[in-house]
Amino acid sequence: MTPINSWGRLNPSSHVLYPLSNRQLLESQLGQSTLPGIAHGMGRSYGDSCLNPGGSLWLTSGLDHFRSFDSQSGRLVCEAGVQLKAIQQLLIPQGWMLPVTPGTRFVTIGGAIANDVHGKNHHVQGSFGDHVTYIKLVRTDGEVIECSPNENPEWFAATVGGLGLTGIIAEAEIQLRKVEGPWLETETIPYFSLEEFFTLADESENDWEYTVSWVDCVSRKGTRGIFMRANHTSASPSGDGQKRSLSIPFVPPVSLVNRLTLQPFNHSYFYLQQRQSGRAISHYGPFFYPLDNIRNWNRMYGPRGFYQYQSVIPRHCGKAATQAMLDEIARSGEGSFLTVLKTFAKREAPGLMSFPMEGVTLALDFPNNGHRTLNLFERLDGIVSEAGGRIYPAKDARMSKSLFAAGYPRLQEFLQYRDPGISSGFSRRVIGS
Amino acid sequence: MKHIVIIGATSAMAEQCARLWAQREASHFTLVARDEQRCRVVAEDLRVRSPDSTFTVTTCDFLNAQSIQEMTDRICNARTVDIALIAHGTLPDQNECQSDLAACETALLVNGLSPALFAEALVGHMTNINHGSLAIIGSVAGDRGRKSNYTYGAAKGLVDRYAQGLQHRLAQSAVKVTLVKPGPTDSPMTAHLKLKGASLADIEAVAKDIVGAIERKKTTVYTPGKWLIIMLIIRHLPKFVFNKMDI
Repeated sequence: MTPINSWGRLNPSSHVLYPLSNRQLLESQLGQSTLPGIAHGMGRSYGDSCLNPGGSLWLTSGLDHFRSFDSQSGRLVCEAGVQLKAIQQLLIPQGWMLPVTPGTRFVTIGGAIANDVHGKNHHVQGSFGDHVTYIKLVRTDGEVIECSPNENPEWFAATVGGLGLTGIIAEAEIQLRKVEGPWLETETIPYFSLEEFFTLADESENDWEYTVSWVDCVSRKGTRGIFMRANHTSASPSGDGQKRSLSIPFVPPVSLVNRLTLQPFNHSYFYLQQRQSGRAISHYGPFFYPLDNIRNWNRMYGPRGFYQYQSVIPRHCGKAATQAMLDEIARSGEGSFLTVLKTFAKREAPGLMSFPMEGVTLALDFPNNGHRTLNLFERLDGIVSEAGGRIYPAKDARMSKSLFAAGYPRLQEFLQYRDPGISSGFSRRVIGS
Repeated sequence: MKHIVIIGATSAMAEQCARLWAQREASHFTLVARDEQRCRVVAEDLRVRSPDSTFTVTTCDFLNAQSIQEMTDRICNARTVDIALIAHGTLPDQNECQSDLAACETALLVNGLSPALFAEALVGHMTNINHGSLAIIGSVAGDRGRKSNYTYGAAKGLVDRYAQGLQHRLAQSAVKVTLVKPGPTDSPMTAHLKLKGASLADIEAVAKDIVGAIERKKTTVYTPGKWLIIMLIIRHLPKFVFNKMDI
């Protein structure tokens, strides 16, 4: 038994580890574990969806082989442990890129599918699962299920966003998109109310592929933030766009994000960004993955770790509910630095359990202050559930069974596809097994 | 096209080196491993990374001198070798080596004798044409025997001394031998160490060091570089201090 933590570093729990390294022997490697397990890639989920306290973890980082790439069609076949970083690095110079990418490139293909991750271009490209054209799923009883949007589509829909609970994703085929290079044309615009944010988001939908915004949630001057939008460009400024990477070398004894630092952090970030507002050319690296350059940034929250809270609220009550959540946070005195506000467009989700739906998503991070933090989350839950919204499992470490069931109405349908040999901390907490 | 031969091509460290080479320029790779099927997975991956590279996948009995000789002859006669990397190995459990002599024997053979035989066979061909670079993966564990892993350390110590002898022999030749001494590195071989909280080096960075050292014709390289200092101290610790350490 070995202690393993997820990205939120909330509490390491004991696991029996099975490193998978040979896709041809997957069935027998899975057969070695006596306890139920869950696939674990880079451990970048924040809560317990990638953990299985007291059980087995099948480590997929050794399954990192490409199988084939067709440079005419842009279809890539690879093992599930391949990191997004490897794909971007190899194929962007050849004019192909992942159509959807989350805020870090240090995640595996398997994890990206199992969480049906989204990026800043949901209104154009949908979520990750929209670009997956094939999945090879290995069940713990040894059965192999090959599925795609056309072949065994019900298994495909259950596995995309299925949190690894339908089987081990062994291989996948991804349809990449053509790009002219690694550069983006960006525009940074400060905004001073939620009203303004929604106006910017709506008017950007037609002409901008990427939109995202940062919110200063502790400002005493009301809601304000920075709206960023971008498009691919063929421009090629000099330089390789790579910044020097930094690292947080150890876990500080207390969270660096706290009551004393939050105001100045947010305040200075706002002013720095405001000063840089306007148009610019940016490398995809810092624009897509602003935090990838700080290794182990999760350590800044100190030894108790941190929570992420990401919700999506249907569009019709998005403004009121978002305002209510921001007010609630301001009242609580808890606060967040990495606050992201973004709209999702109306698109049919590829997975039964996909998180994105039409509306507005708010993502917040909170240092773990025990009951104080959890009490705030309960009040936020109230707003989310009343508005008919849902919480993102990849970020969650504490939502209730009822909130999960209410947020994911196709849960019962999904449960038919579960692999009985698979269980995670998350599945036991919100589903019961 | 360069001809790069990798012995133990399915080892994670060798694979990372191969990826770097493949990314840099199209080459001909000869991949040798005990498990041919897994070796094909590695070749398939490299082909995606470098579509213009070509590959030969082959296997042999790693513990049989005749098999090693024949395979090396075949590879070297088919095509001039520019770079050869000997990377195979296992990380044996020290307690098992102590209680089970057969395990101890295998560990010594696989990690010590076998790489030395490959090195001798390859250098033989390289000196014939006075061309080629050979790199052998040793280990910091080979620098001083320690109770926690002296079977592995002794095998790697053999590799160390063998490389040293080859370097002496080839001092006036164009053939170069590089001995690589990685510290504990994050790979499937060390998964169980990571879990115990050991700090492991990033395997991509280690591979970068290896590829760079071969290119610069270095004789010995510690990777990450800090191990040069750490092992300098460990090697020179007086016995009365060293024997009190639980390492």
